[in-house]
Amino acid sequence: MEKKRYKEIVNQHTPKENLFLNAVIAFLIGGIMGVLGQALIDFYSYYLTIPNKEATVCMIVTLIFLSCLLTSLGFFDKFVNFCKCGLIIPITGFAHATMSAALEYRKEGFVTGLGASMLKLSGAVIIFGVVSAWTFSFLRMLLGVE
Amino acid sequence: MTFKYKNVYISEVATVTGSYESNGPLSKYFDKSYDDFYLGTKTWEEAESKLINEAINITLEKSGLTLFDIDLFIAGDLQNQTAASNYAFVGLNPAFVGIYAACATSTLGLTIGANMIEKGLAENIICATSSHNNAAEKQFRYPVEYGGPKPKTATFTVTGGASALLNSKKSNIKIESATLGRVIDSGLNDVYHMGAVMAPAAADTIYKHLLDTGRSVDYYDLILTGDLGIYGKEILKEYMNSEYGIKLKNYDDTGVMIFDVKKQPVYAGASGPACAPLVTYSYILEEMKKGKLKRVLLVATGALMSPTRVNEKETIPAISHAISLEAVK
Repeated sequence: MEKKRYKEIVNQHTPKENLFLNAVIAFLIGGIMGVLGQALIDFYSYYLTIPNKEATVCMIVTLIFLSCLLTSLGFFDKFVNFCKCGLIIPITGFAHATMSAALEYRKEGFVTGLGASMLKLSGAVIIFGVVSAWTFSFLRMLLGVE
Repeated sequence: MTFKYKNVYISEVATVTGSYESNGPLSKYFDKSYDDFYLGTKTWEEAESKLINEAINITLEKSGLTLFDIDLFIAGDLQNQTAASNYAFVGLNPAFVGIYAACATSTLGLTIGANMIEKGLAENIICATSSHNNAAEKQFRYPVEYGGPKPKTATFTVTGGASALLNSKKSNIKIESATLGRVIDSGLNDVYHMGAVMAPAAADTIYKHLLDTGRSVDYYDLILTGDLGIYGKEILKEYMNSEYGIKLKNYDDTGVMIFDVKKQPVYAGASGPACAPLVTYSYILEEMKKGKLKRVLLVATGALMSPTRVNEKETIPAISHAISLEAVK
């Protein structure tokens, strides 16, 4: 049988993912995450009188801490599985990926396991984050945008 | 390549599982089940070795033999360098052969063992296979606590160890013949659709077996594939029909039987080297002893997936080996 014909049979019996539903869930959860982030910034700047710029950093640190804690306690993977990109795209996804790898490789030692492998999933985010930041800053300089 | 046997019997079997399996529909057939993934050890990898040791101990207990009566261990698993088996047999008396055919390891082991028994090269051989969900996830996929969504066609590796004692002493279950399969390229490279990757290999082996033995599918009361899952099962049926003109009737897949696919969070069903033997050595052999099934063809299917070669944009080859079991009175 030709490979093409076999692929047709496979496609016939492969269930379709519900893209629309997934997008709606991600949109709603992502929105809620945005509101939560803003609420944290407001809390830090109004009640703890932290300057707005530092309050943003505090918000990010809080979210990272919460997702790492919930990952370690063992139920954040179920949230992520349900909310999908609603939790993966924000900083919570990065923290979750790093923390889950750290938990997994801790048994292989601090240096050879934890240190070497905790960025296994999230390392690509850092590399391409830096590369794209550099590229766009360079473009901005060339175009003379202030 | 098909072998026929006159004097090879499965004397005793044992199955040890994790919690997902003991919460599934076949729970009452297993010899022993554990609730946690560590089995009292420090790592999942070590736990998998313990699953093999437990299965072998139970087999020996049931048969009344000791380690010194066993001539040879044949075992395999999914870990790199088949580490689970290697570590399980450290310091044990019998000779050891480690084999790898991914999830088709169980029937490969039985075939090698049966050939040696038939030729009189060994008296008692124990064939064992194991898999551990977390150890496999860690090695082949993502960290266990990582919750990135998977497609519906993904499968869930079983946690368990299964072992079988082969010898030429007459028992209820006879190994009647065996067919070794060849490596088949499905042309696919979707690591989350292993059922589709393995179906052509299963079809090829079933076809060759029927051709070599001159039988039709009706000869068997049940044809069992290893771990194609709910979607792979349908793909195999259609592929068998359009490629070889064979309609599979008395057909099921052990990957679908071991879990309640609708209720348990296992996506398309079970996979792993221990999947086919766990179901066969528990539920299927029980049914054969009761006389409900007489002839069963077990076609364990293995995706020979190398994460490196998949990342290098190559397709995934698959293999499948078949064992024909017969109930004798």
